[in-house]
Amino acid sequence: MLPLPVFDYHRPRTLAEAVALLATLGDRARVLAGGTDLLPNMKHGLVEPDHLVSIGRIEELRGLALAPATASAPERLVVGAGVRLGELADSLLARRVAPALAEAAASVGGPHHRAMGTLGGNVCLDTRCRYYNQTHFWRKALGYCLKKDGTACHVVKGGQNCVAAASNDTAPALVALGADLEILGAAGARTVAARDFYTADGLRNTVLAPGEIVVRVALPVAVRRRSAFEKLRRRGAIDFPLLSVAAVVDRDEAGAIARVDVVVSALGARPRRLRAAQDVAPGSDPAVVIASVAAAARRECKPLTNLDEDAEWRRDMVPVVVKRALVRALAQG
Amino acid sequence: MKVTLTVNGSHRELDVPPLMRLIDALRGPLGLTGTKEGCAEGECGACTVLLDGDPVCSCLVPVGQCAGRSVTTVEGLGSIDHLAPLQRMFVDHGGAQCGICTPGMLVAAEALLRRTPKPTEAEIREGLAGNLCRCTGYQRIVESVKAAAELRGDRGEGAA
Repeated sequence: MLPLPVFDYHRPRTLAEAVALLATLGDRARVLAGGTDLLPNMKHGLVEPDHLVSIGRIEELRGLALAPATASAPERLVVGAGVRLGELADSLLARRVAPALAEAAASVGGPHHRAMGTLGGNVCLDTRCRYYNQTHFWRKALGYCLKKDGTACHVVKGGQNCVAAASNDTAPALVALGADLEILGAAGARTVAARDFYTADGLRNTVLAPGEIVVRVALPVAVRRRSAFEKLRRRGAIDFPLLSVAAVVDRDEAGAIARVDVVVSALGARPRRLRAAQDVAPGSDPAVVIASVAAAARRECKPLTNLDEDAEWRRDMVPVVVKRALVRALAQG
Repeated sequence: MKVTLTVNGSHRELDVPPLMRLIDALRGPLGLTGTKEGCAEGECGACTVLLDGDPVCSCLVPVGQCAGRSVTTVEGLGSIDHLAPLQRMFVDHGGAQCGICTPGMLVAAEALLRRTPKPTEAEIREGLAGNLCRCTGYQRIVESVKAAAELRGDRGEGAA
């Protein structure tokens, strides 16, 4: 059995209370949402907070709805960080206007994890590595690693930058869909684009400052935008991604391709926006786009030995998974 | 900390640390040992219980999170004298072998049938995707759930 270590447990009722509490507790506290990742990591001694601030019951973090267009912003889908992944996956609205996000939520873990885990929790998921997500006994036997308690990286020999992988399925979807993250801390509120939220540092791959909470996610909605998400994993459920891909395609009024965005994740700490997809010229032939972006993806993406399964096989699968996502994003009406 | 919650329809009050895992509260002070512990890290589903009707891994829920909420364990589905249709069908169709995964399977299947009274085989497999079994190869479990869905439908229990 893996018992939970000792910690103090706080259950604020409002967002203001939670933020004030986090400001007081500083880096001794962690935010607890669904707990599907934080609690196993605590059991393995990977994170050792003295305090957990549970935000699971805060009403202000709920809600999933369209926000009408304003003078400065288009119509947006706004999803509270406390919305369960299962709710997001089942939402007819999300499935209609942002299928890549709904599909990404649907592919997280199994039904239990999606009933517990939240969008905000997935957005802030710790990076993962085969040398990190292990028991204390296992890590100690290997002399620990760069990400926790040690000084050496076992993935990149001599490496001084942690390359643990972004393993949150919603991250590539949010980046590809151009989402904004609304963040609240003691110093006030700020908005960060999902594509600027993640950094290449596996130790801590977000720009979230200590004490800050992701409050909600807003993504622009467009009539002629189609999107799809694909995930590579060993089993059909439960597993974290070996690769995840989100593809977004905008069409013009005549139905021709206007813009393509493809994001590949579960490589390093930061979801990777494919340059080749951004370079697709308006009016390109769909079949050519699929073939050329898939081929370019294999050149741009270099899976490491940070995750299970053979890295060369994962690299060979990059164009396959990219193609699957693009085919669906291009096919839907 | 005092935690009051509803367990299998009964009002229960516990005086436990809020960080105690729900599974330990169930198996210890509440004396409900039907819920089993498998991996302890949310990967196997053996400890599945319903929290306000949703399947959750009770090894990953601090009991403090359950205050004022409703928990259903395998004991809440039926008793040894009055097996629920799901339990009866697991027996009749060989859905249980070593038994460690069975309580979690039953509870996850209950969550599925409440939501989808007449599931397809694909829906059954998706509904049980968070539960691992190392004995049966799943086929008999799927057949058990399918048979239980039919039995509940016949009895008019599936409409809830």
